[in-house]
Amino acid sequence: MTELLLDGLSWLLLIGGLLFFVAGSIGLLRFPDTVSRLHALTKADTLGLGLVIAGLSLRADSLWEVGQMVLIWLLLLASSATACQLLARQAGEEPRDD
Amino acid sequence: MTEWLFDGVLGLLLLGLAFGALHGRNLYTSVLLFIAFGLALALVWARLGAADLALAEAAIGAGLTGVLLFTALARQPGPADLPDATRTRLRLGAAAVVLPMLILLVQGLAPLSEIEPRMPALITRHLDETGVSHPVTAVLLNYRAWDTLLELAVLLLALLGARQLGPRPLDLAEPWPLLRAWARVLAPLLVLAAGYILWRGASAPGGAFQAGALLASGVVLLRLSGLVPRLRWSFAPLRLLVLGGLLVFIGVALMTAWLGEGWLTYPRGAAKLLIVLIESVATLSIAASLSLLVVGEGEDVSS
Repeated sequence: MTELLLDGLSWLLLIGGLLFFVAGSIGLLRFPDTVSRLHALTKADTLGLGLVIAGLSLRADSLWEVGQMVLIWLLLLASSATACQLLARQAGEEPRDD
Repeated sequence: MTEWLFDGVLGLLLLGLAFGALHGRNLYTSVLLFIAFGLALALVWARLGAADLALAEAAIGAGLTGVLLFTALARQPGPADLPDATRTRLRLGAAAVVLPMLILLVQGLAPLSEIEPRMPALITRHLDETGVSHPVTAVLLNYRAWDTLLELAVLLLALLGARQLGPRPLDLAEPWPLLRAWARVLAPLLVLAAGYILWRGASAPGGAFQAGALLASGVVLLRLSGLVPRLRWSFAPLRLLVLGGLLVFIGVALMTAWLGEGWLTYPRGAAKLLIVLIESVATLSIAASLSLLVVGEGEDVSS
């Protein structure tokens, strides 16, 4: 019973994460200006990957694996936030080019 | 079935990215697509089970080459002055050269897939004598150590070639506090990861080039966020570091030829020690060379 519940929950989280990735990619392609594109992209990065990692954690064999995945997520979280801020600043300084 | 689907999509993605990088709207798009191509190629290597190549491709092919291309792009005169090189005649010429070559290559390569390779078994049998337990490292630093030595020489030549282009100032914008803070966190992590990859190269995928590229990316990050002073070509310790890998390697080769059994034939028992020594110095040397290539500056910068 617990197995089934865990399995279902993990699928739910994985699909949710993938949905965020899809939405982020569509937003990146369709949104009109840099700042809103960045908004869509970072959502996919942080929330989507977070959900995927949560889903995979439920299937992991050991706590060690979970720790590694969470570490990857934290690194990506911080670097994508920094990169996003840098890009947004650059976009704010330069006139629009498209 | 799913594996075939995944591999097929990956292969198509790779081809599409390559096409996009060659025929991009402008150079900027091409460079971006080239970096994406490098990452996809790393994934392909990983799928093929060549983790060493995947690591090297991701670190050097996608990471540092991308940075180098962007640096080169930033110093282009302007988008209008770039030649438009995608003319039909050129493409036809390229196709006339490449297609016959492709046919010849396929004819030569196709019979190879049926031959059972004998080398892996041979290497596995003699792995105990090489001083390392990872076959790729055994080949790179014991059986074919000459190749690795010459690779280091090629890197040095590339650096000297770039040096001939003359000193150039690196005008950095005032670094931004968040970037500085993040660089401060990331740099120690990169050093740790480089050390780990270097050390584990003896028993698992990893090694000097990958570790060197990681270290270099740390240096580039610190330089771009203004946390380390200018890296000048003329700075003597840096020059020594650049030459160090090759010097130690040649030194070992000379010693083994003079005192031992032959060029780069390591004495029994000391192989592990020598390989670790060469790899460590080579890592530092590669890191210094790569970071000089990206953020090195000439001696007579007046600012």
